[in-house]
Amino acid sequence: MNNFGYHRPASVADAVKALGGSGDARIVAGGQTLLPTLRARLATPSDLVDLRAIAELKGIKAEGDGITIGAMTPHAEVAASDVVKGAIPALAYLADHIGDRQVRTLGTIGGSLANNDPAACYPSAVLALGATIRTSKREIKADDFFQGLFTTALEDGEIITAVHFPKPEKAAYEKFVQPASRFALVGVFVAKAREGVRVAVTGAGQEGVFRARELEQALSANFSPDAAKGVKVAAGNLISDLHGTAEYRAHLIPVLTARAVAAAK
Amino acid sequence: MPTVKMTVNGKPVSAEVEARTLLVHFLREHLDLTGTHVGCDTAQCGACTVHVGGKAVKSCNMLAVQADGAEVTTIEGLATGDTLHPMQEAFRDHHGLQCGFCTPGMVMSAIDLVKRKADLSEAEIRAGLEGNICRCTGYHNIVKAVQAGAAATRGR
Ligand SMILES: Cc1cc2nc3c(=O)[nH]c(=O)nc-3n(C[C@H](O)[C@H](O)[C@H](O)COP(=O)(O)OP(=O)(O)OC[C@H]3O[C@@H](n4cnc5c(N)ncnc54)[C@H](O)[C@@H]3O)c2cc1C
Ligand code: FES
Ligand code: FES
Repeated sequence: MNNFGYHRPASVADAVKALGGSGDARIVAGGQTLLPTLRARLATPSDLVDLRAIAELKGIKAEGDGITIGAMTPHAEVAASDVVKGAIPALAYLADHIGDRQVRTLGTIGGSLANNDPAACYPSAVLALGATIRTSKREIKADDFFQGLFTTALEDGEIITAVHFPKPEKAAYEKFVQPASRFALVGVFVAKAREGVRVAVTGAGQEGVFRARELEQALSANFSPDAAKGVKVAAGNLISDLHGTAEYRAHLIPVLTARAVAAAK
Repeated sequence: MPTVKMTVNGKPVSAEVEARTLLVHFLREHLDLTGTHVGCDTAQCGACTVHVGGKAVKSCNMLAVQADGAEVTTIEGLATGDTLHPMQEAFRDHHGLQCGFCTPGMVMSAIDLVKRKADLSEAEIRAGLEGNICRCTGYHNIVKAVQAGAAATRGR
């Protein structure tokens, strides 16, 4: 990989400055996605700004109607957190099933959301739970944050600082693993809250994570596995690749949704 | 060039490296610790697994500068003199290896896994080693070795 300048600021303000300062600087969080990208020379940044030393970006706390997770919190910590397990066990389960143990030790929630891989796990939780993404500039609602493949509402030099999740009545994540990459071939996050039922699907959409409105409607009327199984999902906008056709993914979505409804707590 | 300082297998080390130097290259090429292997280019095989701050990570997917200030343990740091670590001994006793290429990473992962939870089922061991790929053994004897290594580590 090409060489780059390296910066390790100790505050968000200094990180914003470092990002603005030089030509084409990139943030590095856990590096679990960025380093393979650099090694394949799919990106050639002039500088890396490492967020590792910024204490204000780390940690998990109960806040208001839910929980707040710092952007630099690794997946393994979310998976093991009593705060998360107590408020939203489905989120701890999701974090515990990302990639493998080594990846979970370094990979972070902020990095996962900023990257918005179409097969990543966290985007489905953020969208289904109606979370709020806090950045160095503003707050962004989940419904406005994800904007297509590897694309988000983040502007140049904008840093995710934390994610706030409201506590649902119940929720569950069901992941059908693509065994070679360990990402989701299809993943479904179901959340039942006072405002209604939300179903977010990852791994399947050509434009990345999306809400399955037909399933949300069926489950709002009747929150049961059978109601989910009765829904037919159109294959039109879904991914087809060597791991599965669009029709196969369309079939999996209600099946996984039904499992998630049965498992929700 | 940035300077990195870390403790590797108990010894303090310090060097100037290019920012792009991967931790695995720092260990192998600057420190001559070639027990840590590189088996892939995509962060998927786990042959390069070492402990940073006591936790298993893939050293091919981390920059040396990201490990600045950390305690790093490699396969070379496990034995005490001529006495192998119980997990190494268990891999030998149970034929947990054939060609041996994946073995340093397997042993480092296994030690981290049993440290975090002592009494593991076979299914938990298989799930816990998902980040380590072996082309030879079919995993069966690796699982047996980890079970025995866990018991021996507990009894130590
Ligand atoms: C073998 C393997 C298996 C994996 N399996 C899964 C899986 O099953 N499910 C899954 O969801 N993911 C999976 N991943 C991806 C993993 O979860 C990554 O850790 C994650 O996607 C990126 O997080 P990171 O902290 O490593 O970010 P980095 O790689 O450091 O950064 C990723 C991108 O986000 C940007 N960025 C990072 N932090 C911020 C921030 N705070 N604000 C703004 N921009 C930021 C960076 O500039 C970069 O563009 C896997 C990865 C590997 C290597
Ligand atoms: S060399 Fe394959 S994961 Fe590091
Ligand atoms: S023993 Fe040959 S790869 Fe595992």
